[in-house]
Amino acid sequence: MSVLDQQTAGAGITKRQGWGIAALLFAAVMAWLIFAIWPDWLNDILISKKAFVSSIFNGITLAGLYFLVASGFTLVFGLMRNVNLAHGSLYLVGAYIGYEVTRLTGYWLLGVAAGFLVLALIGVVLQVTVFRRLEGDDLRQTLVTIGISIVAADLMLWMWTGATYQITTPEWLDGAVKLPIITAFRSNGDAVYINYPFYRLVVLGVAIVIGIGLWLLLNKTRVGMMIRAGVDDRAMLAASGVNVHAVFAIVFAIGAGLAGFAGVVGGSALSVAPGEDVRYLLASLVVVIVGGMGSITGAAIGALLIGLAEQIGLVYFPTYGIVLTFVIMVVTLAIRPQGIMGKSL
Amino acid sequence: MTLAIETPRKSRVDTLLGDIGIGQVLLAVALLLYPAIASDFFLTQIGGYSLIWGMIALSLMMLAGYGGMVSLAQITVAGLAGYMVAIFGENNSNVHGFGWPWWVVVPIAVFVAGIASALIGAISARTDGIYTIMITLAIATAMYYFTQQNYALFNGFPGFTGIRAPDFLGIYWRDPMPFYYLCLGVAVVAYAAVLYCARSTFGLALQALRDNPRRMRALGFHVTQHKIVTYFYAGLIAGLAGVLLVWFNGRISPGTIGVGAAINVLIIAVIGGMRHPIGPFLGALVVVLMQTFAIDIVGAERFNTLIGLFFLAIVFISPDGLLGLWGKLKPHLRQESLRSGP
Repeated sequence: MSVLDQQTAGAGITKRQGWGIAALLFAAVMAWLIFAIWPDWLNDILISKKAFVSSIFNGITLAGLYFLVASGFTLVFGLMRNVNLAHGSLYLVGAYIGYEVTRLTGYWLLGVAAGFLVLALIGVVLQVTVFRRLEGDDLRQTLVTIGISIVAADLMLWMWTGATYQITTPEWLDGAVKLPIITAFRSNGDAVYINYPFYRLVVLGVAIVIGIGLWLLLNKTRVGMMIRAGVDDRAMLAASGVNVHAVFAIVFAIGAGLAGFAGVVGGSALSVAPGEDVRYLLASLVVVIVGGMGSITGAAIGALLIGLAEQIGLVYFPTYGIVLTFVIMVVTLAIRPQGIMGKSL
Repeated sequence: MTLAIETPRKSRVDTLLGDIGIGQVLLAVALLLYPAIASDFFLTQIGGYSLIWGMIALSLMMLAGYGGMVSLAQITVAGLAGYMVAIFGENNSNVHGFGWPWWVVVPIAVFVAGIASALIGAISARTDGIYTIMITLAIATAMYYFTQQNYALFNGFPGFTGIRAPDFLGIYWRDPMPFYYLCLGVAVVAYAAVLYCARSTFGLALQALRDNPRRMRALGFHVTQHKIVTYFYAGLIAGLAGVLLVWFNGRISPGTIGVGAAINVLIIAVIGGMRHPIGPFLGALVVVLMQTFAIDIVGAERFNTLIGLFFLAIVFISPDGLLGLWGKLKPHLRQESLRSGP
């Protein structure tokens, strides 16, 4: 490796430097696209600066939401080799619970907390009563999650019918923020700024905070150490005296809780309706396939790619938007079957 | 594999009967005589419909049971064949509908299904086990959303309506009796093909690479290619079933290939059992019967809860489905008959 590096270094720049320069160039182009005032020819190609910038921002905030959902999914998968296909249902249950609690108490934050806690509890119950019985049998565990998602979807349809709900956010989260991004100048010389819903920025911020929190939990605490050890070698962890089942229960609680949390947060930004479970299950699947299974960083990268692809696709090629997501997945699988940050299979 | 022991030569008929098995002969006779006792409703809504779903689940059983590849995209493949029939054949949605004769359309549809299945296989075959489920589910869901959004090719949300089964040999093949026999014929061909495939060198190699891909690779087998070819064969079966399904329904829309349907196929295969090709048909019969008569028990709305709980029970009690349950019971029954002597 080092010999190779030296050889290429003699020829010019190393591969790493090359990637760095490419990334810098890309960042510079993006910064220019976002902050500069566009010339007419660019407006012609990309519809308008407003459409472009809002699709980027929508993509990033959607990525935040996807990250919240997918991080729980990837965590559970990484440790327990359990593809939880009921993850979308957990999201939707969380959203409905958040809706009910917010409606009854009038406090949105209580709804968010309830979404997290109730789902964490459901996660522990599921782990203890269902998945522990089928340990080591990946396929059956997956089949069971499918069964659970079918029953859950049907029962939710029964309780909350097919209506669409919107969780009301408190006033301090409403309104729009003026971003320091100028799209154009009016004829009288006033600058036109882009307005963006404050709540969506909050979602993004929360996702980043939770991402950092998860990273700290995994890398700086004792429990995190156990979880990482369990991802690498479950049997060895058990052999060294750790109560693996307790670790599993904790991870499942975090994973399911995050799904419920995302349900309330996402249900406030978008809407709560039957069918959302499938949508978020698909999103988690694709994010985790692209990002690499069992990796939090991978989930962040995957969520960013998929969120951006979805929103940019929505603006620029409406009927083929889903294909863009799909192409990203196929290309990733063709080049790196284990995903961008995944360990080799 | 144990070595086959040379048996003393019997007459041709005897060996043929032994090869097929007396149970299967009885089953075939029963299925052939079924129309004599069944009403039109039982003939198509139960008989034909079960056979169609059985075939789709059979294609999954072939992949999962012999190859260890649990693909959730088989309904997508079948649906694609249905869409091809609608596009190249006749429909009354005024979109496409080239009106080609059925003997051109059907081979095209089945072949397209095979190719699509092989492509799905090519995407997912490099990974294995539960990864395959995730990837194929993602493909199936993406395809569902795509057909819903795309109006140029798939006519979006409404899909295609008014697709007719062909008139051929003076018979309209969607009439109950001919349709039942058509489904039965195609299903028997598919069933026999899968059985034959399982005993052929190809099938044996497939089962071997399910059990130990590394060793097979070391022996010089091209594991990925072998899997992709299996996907192609499974796609042909699913495609045939898709053609029958679109003739049965007379229409096709994104709802036909939705996530619910994709999971339905898996449920059928799991409930029936994936050890033997008869399993999917058994599962399909059970699910279709439940679907039809659950309305009387739990009401039409709660059907999914019922089927979901039944599915969970099967997964918990018997991983090999109803066939596995039968396999467990059989020795007990035999002993029971021994005990109940004089």
